[in-house]
Amino acid sequence: MAQIDIIFSGFGGQGIQAAGKLIAYAGMLENKHVSFLPSYGPEMRGGTSNCHVIVSDDPIGSPILNSATVVMAMNRPSLDKFEKYLEPGGILLVDSSLVNRRPERKDIRVFEIPATQIASDLGNLAFANIVMLGKLIHETGAVSAEYIEKGLKKVLPERKHYLIPDEMKALKIGMEY
Amino acid sequence: MGEKILMKGNEVIAEAALRAGCRHYFGYPITPQTEVAHYFAKKMPEYGGTFIQAESEIAAMNMVYGAASAGARVMTSSSSPGISLKQEAISYAACAELPAVIVNIVRAGPGLGGILASQCDYFQSTKGGGHGDYRMVVLAPSSVQELYELVVDAFNIADRYRTLCMIMGDGMLGQMMEGVEFSDQEEIFKADKGWAVTGTGMTRENNMITSIYIDPEILEKHNLKLQAKYREITENETRVETYNCDGADIIVAAYGTVARIIKNVIKTAEKEGIKVGLIRPITLWPFPTATFEKYAEVPKAFLSVEMSAGQMVEDVRLSLNGKSPVHFLGRMGGMIPTQKEILEKIREILK
Repeated sequence: MAQIDIIFSGFGGQGIQAAGKLIAYAGMLENKHVSFLPSYGPEMRGGTSNCHVIVSDDPIGSPILNSATVVMAMNRPSLDKFEKYLEPGGILLVDSSLVNRRPERKDIRVFEIPATQIASDLGNLAFANIVMLGKLIHETGAVSAEYIEKGLKKVLPERKHYLIPDEMKALKIGMEY
Repeated sequence: MGEKILMKGNEVIAEAALRAGCRHYFGYPITPQTEVAHYFAKKMPEYGGTFIQAESEIAAMNMVYGAASAGARVMTSSSSPGISLKQEAISYAACAELPAVIVNIVRAGPGLGGILASQCDYFQSTKGGGHGDYRMVVLAPSSVQELYELVVDAFNIADRYRTLCMIMGDGMLGQMMEGVEFSDQEEIFKADKGWAVTGTGMTRENNMITSIYIDPEILEKHNLKLQAKYREITENETRVETYNCDGADIIVAAYGTVARIIKNVIKTAEKEGIKVGLIRPITLWPFPTATFEKYAEVPKAFLSVEMSAGQMVEDVRLSLNGKSPVHFLGRMGGMIPTQKEILEKIREILK
């Protein structure tokens, strides 16, 4: 792993920013260089909330991504918008519970995970982002599961720490999917 | 140093100011720097300080004038259109020699423009956005860590010289999260503020803070004093980072977030056998003229890369004084120069 450029995208409320912050925190705790940039401009309109995350062995240049090595799309507008951002050989993760079309590109690796369905089966829809994140770290090696757990302790307020065992369970399901 | 934490640039600005002993903040919300005010609103009461969301940017800057006159460490923050509104009071405060910190998280202009990152306020910041022969120190951080360090420095510089000090960042730096390590104890310059208007208690002559000098002889003398101070600041406080400049084929001048992109370009260019150097002014005023002079005859050409129509490039040209060709590449409106287009420009120049 030299540098992984990730675009997280979905509806507001799906935990897109939270997933981005979590992997950035985990990477930083793992002594990697990280940056997290939320969308705040006009790109927020039109059904997507997104953020750019870079995890790198070296100091990071621009935190804004013009292309990505990984795209996590949690709704249809996100897939429509960001599929083209992927570099050839890049990784596309799609929440297939919510996205009703197949990716078009043939020069990328596609993983379709019914993350919202899995989260629903687990009894908490808010875990869909963690299921997706599990697959993401499994396929990219961006950070290890151990550091995601450490990151959760930093990102979540103390009163929500009781959720961490369940979050880790959801992460494992994603990793093994 | 403490533990490394992941924080947003805007929040780091407020945290750094609190650590530097700033206990008074006056501002008015505007994207992309509103989180500065959020953070102060939440934290300032814990420190027993003052947080006021003023009725306007103009009022906020005049409140800064008041608090600074009383000798307090004080700051305001805004983004481009808001900074324009503050200019009258900035000029007054410069004339009255008031120490204060002003943060500009620049967005794309002119006018209300857009809310994305830009460096289009370089002229306004460094050449006097308000009226009169004044200067203020302008610091341009390029990472969240450096943002923290420079905000602390800004308060020290302001107090040391009785001057205004501006932090000029951009929307990208304000909005992004990066790791930051705070030190256990900040180095704080303790100024003797015997000039402040804090009440005489009938024990001394009254102090006066003013920006009006009707007598031309007195006003000229005051101007000469200011100019002498600016020379002293230029001598002592000019800051610059140079990277990969010795034996470079081309030297790029870039500051703030753009300089980060150049560091990536340097790596990519190296693979093609092109040696790219970087001169990154950390103080935009005073401008690191001597560093440009030093490297003037090293490369075949210089290239200034900015998120503007070409502003710092003028200072690069002045510094090199015709000794080397100077090229320019800029993006505007919130667009960010890409590695690819910078590299293409470099190839074209060296062809």
